[in-house]
Amino acid sequence: MLRVESVSAFYGAVQALRNVSIHVSPGEIVTLLGANGAGKTTLLKVISGIHSLAKGRLLFNGQNIAGLPVEQILRLGVGQVPEGRQIFAPLSVMDNLTLGAYVRYQREEKKKIIQDLESLFELFPVLQERQKQRAGTLSGGEQQMVAIGRALMSRPKLLLLDEPSMGLAPKVVSGIFKTVQVLQKRSTTILLVEQNAKAALKIADRGYVIETGRIILEGETKDLLNNKEVQRAYLGKEYREVWE
Amino acid sequence: MIWDRRYECMPREEIEQLQLERLQSTLNRVYRNVSFYRKRFDLLKILPDEIQNIKDLAQFPLTAKEDLRESYPYGMFALPLREVVRIHSSSGVTGKPTVTGYTRNDLQHWSQLTARVLAAGGVTKDDVVQITFKYGLFTGAFGLHHGAELIGASVIPMSTGNTGKQVMIMQDYKTTALVGTPSYALLLARYIESGGINPKSLSLKIGLFGGEPCPEALRKEVEERLFIKATDNYGVSEVMGPGVSAECERQNGLHIAEDHFIPEIIDPQTLRVLPPRTEGELVLTTLSREAFPLVRYRTRDITSLDDSPCPCGRTQVRMKKVLGRSDDILIIKGVNVFPSQIESILLEVEGVEPRYQIIADRVEGIDTLEIKVEMNEGVFSDEIKILQNISSKIERKLRDVVGVSAKVKLVAPESLQPQEGKTAKVIDRRK
Repeated sequence: MLRVESVSAFYGAVQALRNVSIHVSPGEIVTLLGANGAGKTTLLKVISGIHSLAKGRLLFNGQNIAGLPVEQILRLGVGQVPEGRQIFAPLSVMDNLTLGAYVRYQREEKKKIIQDLESLFELFPVLQERQKQRAGTLSGGEQQMVAIGRALMSRPKLLLLDEPSMGLAPKVVSGIFKTVQVLQKRSTTILLVEQNAKAALKIADRGYVIETGRIILEGETKDLLNNKEVQRAYLGKEYREVWE
Repeated sequence: MIWDRRYECMPREEIEQLQLERLQSTLNRVYRNVSFYRKRFDLLKILPDEIQNIKDLAQFPLTAKEDLRESYPYGMFALPLREVVRIHSSSGVTGKPTVTGYTRNDLQHWSQLTARVLAAGGVTKDDVVQITFKYGLFTGAFGLHHGAELIGASVIPMSTGNTGKQVMIMQDYKTTALVGTPSYALLLARYIESGGINPKSLSLKIGLFGGEPCPEALRKEVEERLFIKATDNYGVSEVMGPGVSAECERQNGLHIAEDHFIPEIIDPQTLRVLPPRTEGELVLTTLSREAFPLVRYRTRDITSLDDSPCPCGRTQVRMKKVLGRSDDILIIKGVNVFPSQIESILLEVEGVEPRYQIIADRVEGIDTLEIKVEMNEGVFSDEIKILQNISSKIERKLRDVVGVSAKVKLVAPESLQPQEGKTAKVIDRRK
């Protein structure tokens, strides 16, 4: 579904991604693990077209999407839930969600949009209760639901999820991750960026580990869980050793 | 049977993407963790960041067995020893042994790969697998052992030697699959026949041959004498062991596990990468090894790659049966000659044993080739005319198949028997 081939990207003179290649197959949850500043968010932004790439290829369902404008990539079916949620705080929950369907309005899809809202409220009943409330007044977990809901309203084939667990209580996190699994069952493919490696590896099929802009590991979830480097750096297992 | 359809039958485009991803992460890891590679890449000013596609791998330096010896024992490990759960090593016959380590993930991948080998050869959970490789530092026995257990077959870890007992167990335990070298299988066949046992009375139906080159004629002979179907598999102990490649039931080349290794064929003299279907030395890069990743490792084995689709459904590229070692190549009047080619010709000719000695020389600036071949007992005492017929037949075949003229000399049976291990198969007096 998604193929990222040897992509490099810069912030000014600083290289944030060095020859990064990843792929996501239909129906998969793929997680991208890495520390702060490793390049995770940059990669998502490059895929969704927000950040430009300096080198490499981006293929979505066989089509080269590198250099396409954001809204066109969104129309092709790449949705993004940005880091820190980035919801429209002064607007109501309902307005936030319908704005997510903005790219669909032009195609007289009102009926379908209303259906989608209904199925979204099945997924997040609390949002139905609070649909008229200003989004900025919601709790962190609820705001995350709004952010996910808004992205889903564009009916993405591939959903890019950036740190959905950020700043949330453990119980809320597990709720959000359960939702991600439901989305997978509803045949949405997911690329999940997370610092909470433990939670991410619980639901992912495969994963990549990124360090200073380079992918250093790729593997099925069980391989990553078994990998001592992953255990030490991302799962917080006690481990200290210098090897020369 | 195809053990892992997802990877073994992966569309080419997806295999190549996976290889690129794993290659980039492998190079990033060896550059970070293995000082040998970091120094060498820095020296040549070639960095992992420069790999844009798989073909760029050709710009990276080759790794030779000598490099491994110089970093004996643990110098090229990419992880500290406490993360290593298994150590294997080469025999060290020709110098310091080479050592290779495995993490838990490495062992799991290895079992998966040898399970593919066994399944491709026809082994299922209903089989009784007798392993006649030596258990020990050598990778052959343990590698296939774990794969067979993963499939769910019943494994008999016989190890080598004690042919009488091997046959007894084969009869009594109803062995259905024999794992070992093809030459040992031939020895077993002879032993079974000479002991008056009807090979048809055995339960044996599958042979999985590895550890040494298996010429087609040898495979045929064992298949016919033991009434089995035999497939050839290939491994390199430094790279992992068995599981690198294996034949499927079509017996038309060995599928390389390309999700774990990138194969290249190079000219052993110029070191340039050669196109598909050209014979040369196999070079392997590991894609999933954690403890002991290798970049462009020279296997010294001569083969060629075939990327045409195989009717079995596997999409992974096939390598030809190994023709020989690049160290053994003789260049006679500009023609590459492998001892194994000569061996396969001898296997086809009646009246001689596949025991031989090749003597290359240079007389007045012209290369000459002489081959001493053992007669078998049957023709030894026959008249000279018959012997002349045999030797001219071999000479003709050599000209047709290998493309060189040689002088064939028949010698008495057992006269080329190995003394203290191995007789030199090749003597090159030109050096």
